Amino acid sequence: MADLEPIIGRYLTLTLGGRPHRVYFEEAGQGIPLVCLHTAGADGKQYRHLLNDRVITRDFRVLAFDMPWHGKSLPPAGWQDEEYRLTTAGYIEMILAFCEALALERPVVLGCSIGGKITLELARLHPERFRALIGVESAAYQPPWYDDTGWLHRPDVHGGELAGALMSGLIAPQSPDETRWDTLWGYMQGGPGVFKGDLWFYRVDGDFRDRVGEIDTARCPLYLLTGEYDFSCTPDDTRATAEKIPGARFTEMKEIGHFPMSENPEQFRKYLVPVLDEIRTLGR
Amino acid sequence: MSGAAGAIIGAVADDPVHARMLSIPHLVNADAGLVRRGRYCSATFLLEAGDSAYLLRVHEGRVASLERGPFLMRPWTFAIRASTEAWRRFWEPVPAPGYHDLFAMKKLGVASVEGDLIPLMANLRYVKDVIAIPRRGGRS
Repeated sequence: MADLEPIIGRYLTLTLGGRPHRVYFEEAGQGIPLVCLHTAGADGKQYRHLLNDRVITRDFRVLAFDMPWHGKSLPPAGWQDEEYRLTTAGYIEMILAFCEALALERPVVLGCSIGGKITLELARLHPERFRALIGVESAAYQPPWYDDTGWLHRPDVHGGELAGALMSGLIAPQSPDETRWDTLWGYMQGGPGVFKGDLWFYRVDGDFRDRVGEIDTARCPLYLLTGEYDFSCTPDDTRATAEKIPGARFTEMKEIGHFPMSENPEQFRKYLVPVLDEIRTLGR
Repeated sequence: MSGAAGAIIGAVADDPVHARMLSIPHLVNADAGLVRRGRYCSATFLLEAGDSAYLLRVHEGRVASLERGPFLMRPWTFAIRASTEAWRRFWEPVPAPGYHDLFAMKKLGVASVEGDLIPLMANLRYVKDVIAIPRRGGRS
């Protein structure tokens, strides 16, 4: 008998924007629900190390869904005539719908990059629904490092090859080869235009500089963790955000880039496990 | 050509950035995987380190030649420019944050990219691997 991983994958249908979307998710563990949000142009397998971390899954029910258009989730019927674009409102609706569909009671949400950014809006708009929020590589705003996302979706440049090559620079030099290339493989697999569509939220719609000051961390604790090698969302970008939010807890992570849970899970857990331990002791 | 480049490396051991530029042809051509990934890339890279200019001519993934300037009027496909100090830090075995990637250096304001960007972006992994390859030979 093979040594099966404890991860279980299932599908459900969420109604988003009034249309049904078939969504894939994975889960492992029991206890406090911990919903994990993947980065732009990627999918939930970025969290497979966390889902397989028996120290974490002893006390947390870890869940990671593939956003519609990503991974094993499908785009909605009719997608072939649309341009995909992730919006702040659509992303919030998706997260809340997923949590409601599974009747998760005050989950913790951990998100990275776009997923980290949306935790800021979850904190501002829906603090009562979450036990705590963890924004990884998260900022209210981050200045762009290339100014034409059209490169990501044009017929004369392979979108997957380009996405992998661009993202390679956001991984810390210390990250192990195996997990570095697993992470880039995920980027090479995206559907045409999907990464570009996610970046609409990351760069344009998700500028929260005028809003993050409204976040009340007394209602929902907010942790912000950013890797020192991330030049897309730099530690300074996150620091500037944290300074606007009384009570936000910011930590700069050494020897990590933009994909902590995926590029170097061993290094990331040194920072994540103490945060989860603290959340566990918060009670309800 | 690699023998000639090796002789020059010996002559300019006091100029590590120059020596590392000269190491690119041999290191690229000796890496079969890199040459294979670059098989659709034929372009002339203008690489500048401070005031020094180099033309790296790539044909189907192999480096055909590397010339050191100054040049008066030469065509090139795209240019990658950085200060000598930026190249030196880029090629350290474990570069510091901001110096670990071409785009990181661009964002930091210590490197620039211009010219025909379609062949650059279409072959980005190859191009990035080529310009980073002296990091691998750094301690030779």
